[in-house]
Amino acid sequence: MNLKLKIWRQKNAREAGKMVDYNISNVSPDMSFLEMLDVLNEELNNKGEDPVAFDHDCREGICGMCSLFINGEAHGPDRGVTTCQLHMRKFKDGDTIYIEPFRAKAFPVIKDLVVDRSSFDRIQQAGGFISVNTSGNTIDANAIPIKKHDADRSFDAATCIGCGACVASCKNASAMLFVSAKVSQFALLPQGKVEAHERVLNMVKKMDEEGFGNCTNTGACEVECPKGISLENIARMNREYLFASVKS
Amino acid sequence: MAKSALLKSSIAKKYWMALTGLFLCLFLVGHLIGNLQLLYGGENPSLRFNEYALFMTTNPAIKILSYLTYFSILFHAVDGIVLAYQNQKARPVKYAKNRPETNTVWASRNMAVLGTLILVFIVTHMVNFWSRMHFDKNMPLQTVEINAGGMKQLFYLTTDGGYLPKAQVDQGMVVIKDRKYFYDAQANVKIKEGYMDLYKITVEFFKHPRYGLIASILYVIAMAVLGFHLYHGFGSAFQSLGINNPRYNMLIKNFGIAFSIVVPLLFAIIPLYIHFFLKA
Ligand code: HEM
Ligand code: SF4
Ligand code: FES
Repeated sequence: MNLKLKIWRQKNAREAGKMVDYNISNVSPDMSFLEMLDVLNEELNNKGEDPVAFDHDCREGICGMCSLFINGEAHGPDRGVTTCQLHMRKFKDGDTIYIEPFRAKAFPVIKDLVVDRSSFDRIQQAGGFISVNTSGNTIDANAIPIKKHDADRSFDAATCIGCGACVASCKNASAMLFVSAKVSQFALLPQGKVEAHERVLNMVKKMDEEGFGNCTNTGACEVECPKGISLENIARMNREYLFASVKS
Repeated sequence: MAKSALLKSSIAKKYWMALTGLFLCLFLVGHLIGNLQLLYGGENPSLRFNEYALFMTTNPAIKILSYLTYFSILFHAVDGIVLAYQNQKARPVKYAKNRPETNTVWASRNMAVLGTLILVFIVTHMVNFWSRMHFDKNMPLQTVEINAGGMKQLFYLTTDGGYLPKAQVDQGMVVIKDRKYFYDAQANVKIKEGYMDLYKITVEFFKHPRYGLIASILYVIAMAVLGFHLYHGFGSAFQSLGINNPRYNMLIKNFGIAFSIVVPLLFAIIPLYIHFFLKA
């Protein structure tokens, strides 16, 4: 396949960036999207040009590092996949492909397509954990019986890989799907109930401070989330937050 | 912590959006039932409607509800605009290519624009009708023509169910004070109360030879805008309040869609009926 790429190039966090056109030929439909970019970068390297910086790590859809807003959608046109799992067969010979970084005030661009998602880490540090003793006397996970229904919901929420596609897709750059997944995975379990109130209050406070937008329930996040995190989690967080603010 | 959490946080703003929005949906139902009397007035549609207008402007329970409605509209509009402004700021650099139509419906992406248009409509609507009912010095009082002694004569309808000859006012024996009270001119005592003729105002407005058609069309457009706002808003409010349960989701969604079509449609039929079919 021969493709025309329009890629966001930006030297560093301070300088302004712009879209730059590249042509790439002999792309195999079996390549992943990141492999296609690897080929482009090799060509750029050979020509002595600065390769395109992009995030990646596991390349198997579990780490959440690869980002990219491709042709107007987070992780491209496919559903339920990350960019490393997106195949070039989803495109046609001669296509023009726009490749942009995830855009949000809370995700500043570091270079080209690489954005700083440490705002997610800071939200996690504000409450996305349980305080248990891990020094040798850990309790067996199955010691406390948990309803299957709740365990399943919690596990579904826990599949969030923190990729930020929800923020990138949301017209308001809201982080509600991510934060609600992190709140829900604990809220549903007895181990998480102990700190439930502080957790939701502190994580939402941090989320607001980081400059994410407000949820308007458009549902773009749920559609674009590679892990199928459900909007039910946002409703659960809204409930948790209401009870927590009334009670504490 | 908790106090600011219930007022200022992103989630709390959404609770208030949802509560005021749902209250306004109730208001719409009440307002619609009232307006429909313009169509189903029985034998004397104008009296029926004007009685309703009197009730709405004087009943103490309705007074409380109306203040709640003013408050809700203001709060909902201000909160909505603040949210929209913050959301705009949350993505300073826009995408060169964005395809939101692949993952969201149009109405959900345009709530602020739709809401602002509704606000413009509400303000004009209040200038046209509400302010006249409340403040207009020359608000007409309802009259009827009755055959009295072989002669056609005009009478004011009064709230006690009686009639007052218009001639008495024309001749100065009775004077009108506070827009709707009849006073005996000599004794200066209140004798009767008339009906402010909101019916006449409404019919003249939509049957106006020059502007009646455009007013009716704009009204219908405003109702379409309201319909889109509610198409997303109704279900969205439940999600904001944390109500999302697979058992009820389809019910809420379908009821919201039906509500967003039926309510604006019934509102919109009224000016069209008045403009095109009502005999003056
Ligand atoms: C009769 C009039 C109105 C009704 C019945 C109504 C109803 C609603 C409802 C039910 C919602 C959903 C709330 C939620 O998602 O939690 C909503 C959202 C919204 N409304 Fe209204 N509304 C009305 C007028 C207005 C006006 C005058 C504005 C003025 C700007 C406005 C702006 C908004 C905005 C911006 C949202 C989205 C807020 C968000 O999701 O964050 N609305 N409306
Ligand atoms: S909720 Fe989905 S889209 Fe958002 S960070 Fe988690 S996995 Fe990514
Ligand atoms: S590189 Fe790990 S999810 Fe794509």
